[in-house]
Amino acid sequence: MAILVNKDTKVITQGITGATGLFHAKGALDYGTQMVGGVTPGKGGTSVEITLENGDVATLPVFNTVSQAVEATGATASVIYVPPAFAAEAIIEAVDAGLELVICITEGIPVLDMVNVKRYMEGKDSVLIGPNCPGVITPGECKIGIMPGYIHTPGHVGVVSRSGTLTYEAVHQLTTRGIGQSSAIGIGGDPVKGSEFIDILSRFNDDPETYAVIMIGEIGGTAEEEAAEWIKANMTKPVVGFIGGATAPPGKRMGHAGAIISGGKGTAAEKITTLEACGIKVAPTPSDMGSTLVSVLEEQGLLEKCITVK
Amino acid sequence: MNIHEYQGKAVLKQYGVSVPEGKVAFTVDEAVQAAQELGTSVVVVKAQIHAGGRGKAGGVKVAKNLDEVRAYASEILGKVLVTHQTGPEGKEVKRLLIEQGCDIKKEYYVGVVLDRATGRVTFMASEEGGTEIEEVAASNPEKIFKEVVDPAIGLQAFQARKLAYAINIPNELVNKAAKFMLSLYSAFVEKDCSIAEINPLVVTGDGNVMALDAKLNFDSNALYRHKDILELRDLEEEDSKEIEASKYDLSYIALDGDIGCMVNGAGLAMATMDIIKHYGGDPANFLDVGGGATTEKVTEAFKIILSDEKVKGIFVNIFGGIMRCDVIANGVVEAAKQIGLDRPLVVRLEGTNVELGKQILNESGLNIVAADSMADGAQKIVALVK
Repeated sequence: MAILVNKDTKVITQGITGATGLFHAKGALDYGTQMVGGVTPGKGGTSVEITLENGDVATLPVFNTVSQAVEATGATASVIYVPPAFAAEAIIEAVDAGLELVICITEGIPVLDMVNVKRYMEGKDSVLIGPNCPGVITPGECKIGIMPGYIHTPGHVGVVSRSGTLTYEAVHQLTTRGIGQSSAIGIGGDPVKGSEFIDILSRFNDDPETYAVIMIGEIGGTAEEEAAEWIKANMTKPVVGFIGGATAPPGKRMGHAGAIISGGKGTAAEKITTLEACGIKVAPTPSDMGSTLVSVLEEQGLLEKCITVK
Repeated sequence: MNIHEYQGKAVLKQYGVSVPEGKVAFTVDEAVQAAQELGTSVVVVKAQIHAGGRGKAGGVKVAKNLDEVRAYASEILGKVLVTHQTGPEGKEVKRLLIEQGCDIKKEYYVGVVLDRATGRVTFMASEEGGTEIEEVAASNPEKIFKEVVDPAIGLQAFQARKLAYAINIPNELVNKAAKFMLSLYSAFVEKDCSIAEINPLVVTGDGNVMALDAKLNFDSNALYRHKDILELRDLEEEDSKEIEASKYDLSYIALDGDIGCMVNGAGLAMATMDIIKHYGGDPANFLDVGGGATTEKVTEAFKIILSDEKVKGIFVNIFGGIMRCDVIANGVVEAAKQIGLDRPLVVRLEGTNVELGKQILNESGLNIVAADSMADGAQKIVALVK
């Protein structure tokens, strides 16, 4: 079942004629995602031809506006590969066009632009994932983003993370243990984002096919702490965590715009303490994410149900 | 991006925020000349470094005549100031702000910052001026007042007045204080600040409301649209390797250890630092080569790491999504050939084109230790460096 996306999801790419947009449109199609078109203002009426790994050639129509693309293709989701100076506006255009799901991959959007985007989105029905995120994948059904599809396998463990490659690390550790994933959601590394941990955890909580969740956080902000309290009060499934940046120095932005310990707040130590106090086991090292989940599944008698690769 | 106090005040002045008259000085003679031009009886000589706590470290002196200005300027220029924010090695003072003295009646705190929890800009104010706001937050949180700004309409005058009344600004100065705050908010938003701290905000004997100090920090993601702010960058306040890295669009932070790291993705890079520490090693740097790195970028990243004499070994940890393992492998081989690989190198590759990447490394003829996993790689490099 999974969350947010499945085999029926139709998605368009904003920025499809750019090198990155095109590369990942191909990646999506290779995976079996229903990538149905794209938007590049000024290139409407043209199309892009993509030769897939299996030799097939996919021809995707390009539109000038998101509204036109949605009307023509029936897409309900969009993925944005647009440069930082224009990405916030691309998100707003997608929301304005009534898309259910907007996924923004772009890193480097000015924070105050995202403050405006969030304000604009209040009262609207669209869900935004990102920005500065790897995307969303329901293994075996739909891949929207830059993650390598092959490391994932269908299953019952939900993954939600602020990081991209650290998520792949976690997924890899799960897959190699025969444990599949229901969906893996990268919420992104920015301080102001479309969806926070709680939004995604809530969906996993409501998803009958998700039996457990791995939550991957990092220094900066208080989202993990807030999620921990929410989990304690609401979550009916086990959650295991990992927090990156225990060795990060204060005051320095560690790559991600949101990964900064500021005014003494947002340290890994604080997050880990709060998570554990709320009953969430935290992996001691990034190599132990898979094994920590396994031990919790065992404790709860869920391990066998979660082994989906024989 | 950080800027100096005198630069922050110049920016705020453009927005009508009241600041004391002052001039920057790079030499003792310039300091004296500036004091002469200011013409006030009392002049403050202030060290300009990208760190707070200058006063306590002896970096701020009040001069009552030109001789004292000369003496203090000579003393402070070239001095290495060690404050609670500089780290033990301190920072050398290369610039001074020569500022008119003012008759301070009372000090307050005003700060503008992004509140991540709400995704809104928040205005904070406190009657406890001149103290570290974190200390106030810890001991007397009820003394900090906040107004959350709705981005659709900006800071409203009534919000500014609310804060002014809350922190007991004298009644006859409330309007001036409110105007100050509204101008500060404009500056914050129009220049894409990430923090704007006025500590202290002062009310003076002659009925002024002024920023006695100004700490402005800018959102690096927004600098592309603020060429004027970019020009204020002081490279001497930054680590030379970090400057070099930024030329190639690499995300690099210098640390104190001896194991160089090259990783793709900030989260994985942080986790790599963590796991090296876990196995008893000490990371020399954080480095995220990013998703779209070319062979050239990877080569430069490698060179920057190797240029750090402290580095005794390197751990390359790549999980390729957009980043292809063959690109990393080519970059590593190129760099090693260009500079000569003279230190142990452990490489862990996984992800897109992993087999091709491993092949390139094997056939390179270089002494590269392969790792099967992140834990394996970390353990190996720690052992090799001991």
